[in-house]
This record gives sequence, C-alpha cells and structure tokens, in this order.
Amino acid sequence: MSSRTTIRAILKREWGAYFNSPIAYVFMVIFLVMAGFFPFAVSGLFEGGQATLRPFFFWHPWLYLILVPAVAMRLWSEERRSGTIELLLTIGVTPTQAVVAKFMAAWLFMMLTLALTFPVVLTLIYLGNPDLGVAFTGYLGSLLLAGAYLSVGLLTSAMTRNQVVSFILAVLVGLFLLLAGFPPVTELLSRWAPEWLVAVVAGFSFMPHFETMQRGILDLRDVVYFLSVIGFMLCATHEVLKSKAAEG
Amino acid sequence: MITVTALKKNFGARTAVNQVSFEVEKGTVLGFLGPNGAGKTTTIRMIAGFLMPTEGSVTVLGHDVQADPVSAQRQIGYMPERTPLYEDMTVEGFLRFIAEVRGYRGAERTERADQAIRACMLDSVRHQVIDTLSKGYRQRTCLAQAILHDPPVLLLDEPTEGLDPNQKQVVREMIARMASEKVIIISTHVLEEVEAICNRVIIISNGSVVADGTPAALKQRSKHYNEVHLSLGSASGPAVKALSALDEVQRVEVVAERDTTCELRITPKQQAPVIAAVLKAVASHGWPVTNLKVDGGRLEEVFRQITRTEDAA
Repeated sequence: MSSRTTIRAILKREWGAYFNSPIAYVFMVIFLVMAGFFPFAVSGLFEGGQATLRPFFFWHPWLYLILVPAVAMRLWSEERRSGTIELLLTIGVTPTQAVVAKFMAAWLFMMLTLALTFPVVLTLIYLGNPDLGVAFTGYLGSLLLAGAYLSVGLLTSAMTRNQVVSFILAVLVGLFLLLAGFPPVTELLSRWAPEWLVAVVAGFSFMPHFETMQRGILDLRDVVYFLSVIGFMLCATHEVLKSKAAEG
Repeated sequence: MITVTALKKNFGARTAVNQVSFEVEKGTVLGFLGPNGAGKTTTIRMIAGFLMPTEGSVTVLGHDVQADPVSAQRQIGYMPERTPLYEDMTVEGFLRFIAEVRGYRGAERTERADQAIRACMLDSVRHQVIDTLSKGYRQRTCLAQAILHDPPVLLLDEPTEGLDPNQKQVVREMIARMASEKVIIISTHVLEEVEAICNRVIIISNGSVVADGTPAALKQRSKHYNEVHLSLGSASGPAVKALSALDEVQRVEVVAERDTTCELRITPKQQAPVIAAVLKAVASHGWPVTNLKVDGGRLEEVFRQITRTEDAA
C-alpha cells in the first residue's frame, strides 16, 4: 500500500470527523459572519469608496488567531485522550503520514471556509472594478496564513491530551508570531532597538509576509516563509509524537 | 513467528518491563497473565510497535518492529486494552476506514469490512454510531478491526473484559476457530479464560517473566495437585486410619462429617498420583463411596503463589 493512499484514507476520515460534529458548522458560521461583519461594519468597506478587498483581508490574522486553534485543537489531543492514537499508529500508518493527513484535512477545511467568502468578492465586482489579481494573492496569502496557524495548532495539540490547553498554547504562539511584525509593535520596538534586531524579530512574524501579499505582490520569499513555518511545525509535531511513543 | 529478546522498558526511573524474552510459534494461543501493573500491556504495546523499547528487540515474522514498524504491523491485528474507536463513525464506516488504511480498494474494501462485520456478529449495529454502542459491541468492533486483514498475528489485550458470559463465549469461540493458523497473544487476568483457550501461559510479575509453560504444566505446580477428594456414606474413623497408613499418602483430613457421611481430603507425598492406592483401599475395605475426585491443580492458586512470592521479594 502506498503512502499516498494511506494519507488519503486518513484525510477522508478527518474531514468526515469535522462534519460529523458541530465543529465544522459552528466554525464556518462564525468565521463567515465575522469575516463579513468586520470589513463592512468596522473598516467601512462601503464608505471607503474603493473596490478593494484590503479591509476584508485585514481581519483575517485576528480571526484566525482565535478560530484556527479551535479547528486544530482536537486533531491530536482527541486521539490521545480517547486512546485512538494507539489504534491509528498500530495499523501500519507512520506518524509522518498521520501528521500530513491531519494537517491536509484541516487545511482543506479552511480552504472550503475561505472559498465560501466568495460573495464578498462578488459584491465588490458588482459595486466596482476590483483588481482580481490582488484578490487572488490576497486569498493565497490568507490560505497560507491559515495553514501556518493550523500547523502551530497541530503541534500544540500533539503536546497535550487536553484540548483547552492545546487551544491556549496555540493562541499564545499565534499571538507572538502575529504581533512580532505588527507595525505598532515594530514601531515601538524600533524606538530603542537597533534596526537589525527589529528586522530579525519582525522576520519571524506572519504579518509582513501576509501584508505584501495583500498588496498584490506575489513574492516567492513570502510563500517560502509560510511553507517553511508549516514544514517546521509539522516536523516538530512528528518529533513530539515520536518522543511520546518513547515515553509512553 | 514472534521473537521477543531481552525487552526492557523504563518510564522515567521506573522499570515497567525488564528482560522479557520469549518466542511464539504458529498455532500457539499464548495467555499473558499477571497482576495489574505487571507490564502485560506495556509488553504488548511494544510488540505492536506503539511503544519503543528502552532496550531489547521484537521481531514479527522476521520484521524488526523498531526498525520497520509498518512491515511488522501489516502482519499484526491489535486490539488495545481500552478498545479505542473513532466514536463519531458508524461501525461500517469505521471498518471501511480500517480496510482502506490496510490497503484494500473498491469492492475488496467493502468485502473485507463486511466479512469482519459478519465474523464478529455486528450486523445489527452496522449503521449505528460507535458512540452509542454498548460495551460488548464496542469490544467486538475493536476485534473486527483487528481481524479485518486476516493477520498471521493477533494481539488481544483483555479481549473479554467487561463482556457478559454469553459474549465471552462468542469471543472465545472465535479465537479458538482462528487458533490453528495464527499466533495469538491474549493478555488477561481471567484465569478461566486461559484454561479455556490457551495452550501456553506466560506469567509476568513486576515486569519479569516468572513462569512459562502449558496451563496443565503450570497447574501441576499447585500444592493441591493430585489431591483426592473422597466422600463416603459412613463414618470417617476407619477410613482415615486405613488411608493414613498408605505409603503414598502424606496426610488425610476430614473436610466435613455428619452422622453417616464424611468427606476426606487425601494429600499425596510430593504431589505424586495417589488415586490408584486409594481405589485399592476402597475396594478392599468395601467403603460406600458416594463421590470421588482428583484435583487437577488450580491455576488461580499457582498464579497467586508465583506472583505473591515475587511481590514479597
């Protein structure tokens, strides 16, 4: 049996698990309501008089900060709490396959949720003449950002059998990765810290990479950044699972 | 088929399994016995490739479980102790998922799941969500998952725990049916189960193997082995006197006595067979025998004897 088919089988199960529970629907409704509410009500997408998606994407890092850990927290914690991890890892599945499959399932779920925000784009097309190229890089950036948050949540989920602990840890790590490059924070930092230090700290952050993509710039470095965050977190998850197998 | 060599597992400073070695061949139903916390589950988890041993190795049909867990796991059906299942799935959906992970596609996948459902008599609950199943059905669903790919090795950690007597019988019959062409390791602390289905027993205590043999051989270690229980329709006096005089007899005790009946326990010297001598005495004296039984030894007692001395040590 090949690795791909094993991954697909687990991916399908995880995908089903979202829709077998209220998580999927609750998450989608909340995300879609908030993703629609903030840009129009708070950021004044209408009043701005510009057919741009920037007020829409502006809120994504903050929505993901709270909502993505809620999607990720059950991925391993639940398996560890109920003991199904013992089943999963003794039926010929490698930890790598399981980690990748679970991540992909959650990421596809995020992709579906994000795709359901299409009425926002349609509204803008109806109202004006938005730059669809910018919309595309915006969505791509948002998807990569969601993936990065997810990978953090996957790691914290592997570390504990308690979903609440997993959630809180994921929010904290996410908050750091978010704020480290947030302009108000970097400005504060740059008042006393040398330029290079600000750059290093900010370099860890999701924010600058997300920002450039919102401006419609598709820089390979940003894509590589997000993919390496994801890769790093998945490897760390794998190591955590392995050490749990050694410790018992 | 399975070789366990000098297996050791430390959890922090505590040694859960220490220097466990054994080999198991096809056709063996091995009962893995021991008090709670003796290291049974830890050992089985290491064979199943879920836990990594601190030292030592396990090979399953030539596959080293540590070096190549996936190849070993293809040969193994494993039923973990707590019967973990994906609660949100239906029985059928769960078994189809297992079949898919086990590498079956299309019609074969459906067929494998159906076979497992039939073998474990889950037809009536196949569309039920696992969350809503009773303990017995959960247990059988977990067993179905283990036998789905017809593996040459079955590891069953307390497979009949929490089942009612009828369900226990069903599971035991299934195991007995599969016994001849597989290696089956059953962890349990139900001794009657061992006597009913196992042809080999390993007793583990404080992480080490303290006994290894057939159930019959182990029972011979019982201090009651070959004792004769004799009930007579007469007073005990003459019988006790005559039997005590026999060379083979160590001791005769009166277990119960009423006016005209008595019950005697005759303990042989060195647990040697004494029944022939007793029968001879019965025939020559013409005692009115109402009941006669030879004690085959009690596994429970041997178990206690062995594991208790270990605990004291």
